[in-house]
Amino acid sequence: MFFEFFKKNKNTSAQKAKERLRIILAHERAENKAPFLDDLRKDIIEVIAKYIDIDPKSININLQKDQSMEVLEINIPIK
Amino acid sequence: MAGKVLTITSGKGGVGKSTTSANLALGLALKGKKVVAIDLDIGLRNLDMILGLENRIVYDVVNIVEKTCKLNQALIKDKRTENLYLIAAAQTRDKSAVTSNQIKELTEELKKDYDFVILDSPAGIEGGFKNAMEPADEVIIVTTPEISAVRDADRVIGILEANDKKEMSLIINRIDPTLVKKGDMMSKDDVLQVLSIPLIGVVPEDKNIVSYTNLGEPSILHKDSKSGQAYKNIVQRLLGKDVEFMEITEEKKGFLKNIVSLFKD
Repeated sequence: MFFEFFKKNKNTSAQKAKERLRIILAHERAENKAPFLDDLRKDIIEVIAKYIDIDPKSININLQKDQSMEVLEINIPIK
Repeated sequence: MAGKVLTITSGKGGVGKSTTSANLALGLALKGKKVVAIDLDIGLRNLDMILGLENRIVYDVVNIVEKTCKLNQALIKDKRTENLYLIAAAQTRDKSAVTSNQIKELTEELKKDYDFVILDSPAGIEGGFKNAMEPADEVIIVTTPEISAVRDADRVIGILEANDKKEMSLIINRIDPTLVKKGDMMSKDDVLQVLSIPLIGVVPEDKNIVSYTNLGEPSILHKDSKSGQAYKNIVQRLLGKDVEFMEITEEKKGFLKNIVSLFKD
């Protein structure tokens, strides 16, 4: 009993499974939803690079769903 | 009559699609609904054995679409209820033997005479799966609380959402309360938090299913079966009744029962 109490909230394999699923599914869902993200990234880099000096690797594109709202987030750090 | 096409699918194989199809088909029929179940796992026919009807099959779904038999020649009547018919999968062909248009046409025809047309989808997300999806009015996704089954279920849900919005619901199959309690299996709620579609049933792990399948008698026919009770509840929900979800807990053995079980077998 005492042991179970500790096991419950900590790293049970079920909690691990859930966590691993959360991470992989967030990734797969984004890819399924927006298979164009890679192309979009390329195009954006091309356009921005014409005007500003940027590091292509640092560009971060993310499609996020937050309950009812979907957000396309594009981060472009300027050198 | 305007029947409803109900497709049972999962993504991953071996999670209990055909067992679910057999139980729901039989359960709905026993409730007085006219039901036809179609095995679309062409090349890997299974539903006939689970229902115990394998000896009655002469013609199958490929014969129907190729018009080498009449529709009613391929409709196999169940032994237990006259409300249930089975259309078997062809065993010597493969998924390319039928197109989704042909299946759609067939289900449209059957919807005129039956309340429920149940399509037992093959595993995977290829052609056979698409044939089972296209005609569906409602899709039931079966998963187990295992990580790979849940992942595949999510993929199926994603594909269905991306195409046309179908009504979807989830069955979580083979929940083992002892493992859940130990933290070694995701609980119903864990799975629901990951896959956010409405739940239509939870089915406990039931060791007897192996023997029920050996006999060709789905668990819904067995009064004392826990999984059978779970399927009965799902049938009620499909018929629009509001039934509480089963608490899946460990079987408590009393002191006496423990003693008795020592002497059993």
